[in-house]
Amino acid sequence: MSELTMVVEGERHVVVTRRFAASPERVYRAHMDPAIIQQFMLGPDGWSMPVCVHEGVVGGKMRYEWSDGQGNGFYLTGEILALDPPHRIVHVERMHLPDATPDNHVETTFVAEGDGTRMTLRMTLPDEATRKAMLATGMEHGMEASYARLEVTLAR
Amino acid sequence: MQTQARLDATLAALSDSTRRAILARLVEGEATVQELAAPFAISQPAISRHIRVLSDAGLIVQRVDGPRRPCRLAPGALSELDDYLAMLRRALEKNYARLDRLLAQETQDKDTL
Repeated sequence: MSELTMVVEGERHVVVTRRFAASPERVYRAHMDPAIIQQFMLGPDGWSMPVCVHEGVVGGKMRYEWSDGQGNGFYLTGEILALDPPHRIVHVERMHLPDATPDNHVETTFVAEGDGTRMTLRMTLPDEATRKAMLATGMEHGMEASYARLEVTLAR
Repeated sequence: MQTQARLDATLAALSDSTRRAILARLVEGEATVQELAAPFAISQPAISRHIRVLSDAGLIVQRVDGPRRPCRLAPGALSELDDYLAMLRRALEKNYARLDRLLAQETQDKDTL
């Protein structure tokens, strides 16, 4: 178990880091293999990903479909922009809720750290419309008020 | 201000380390401009400009107390951003805890991955 860090960078970026007890090769593959993505990229409890397409090549497509099993769902489409296995994945994605949110550019890097991997996810912060739509999907349920803003926005 | 513009103003205001330090100080409670300036090696007018940015972004409010203009955090100032980041963080923590388990499992099973 390793703690996730999240900082706001500049005006439009959120940078997330997380350590994993596995090699960069394995963590990279976990982000490229639909069979593995389907098992962890699920967000809040109760959601599943019945459809997961990740073509795994530059110019290839991504399509993730989530369902809460009660008739609610949304999906993501994206394109893979650059790959540098096993260290870097760059892609662009947008949510369909069902209207498409603005493109979110995401760079994910994997660096060996001891016997594990430090993953860094650098993403563009969605604008107000995106967040509103995301909140409307019900993802906010169970969200707790926290002092996260102190570590997140005031740190550094 | 429109919510979109407000988020932009909030993030711009937070992009400066002096302003973040001012906010961190105000989390402890109200402070005068002089008190806020004390830890920094910059002039009081410069601090006043930072305070103005924070105030325009709706992050802090100032009241009039005779010659003094004490500042405090605006109620709910960071809540929009806070809510979004808390939601994102929560979703990612769940995802990566699942991935930890998958990676551990496959270490036991040996190279299924």
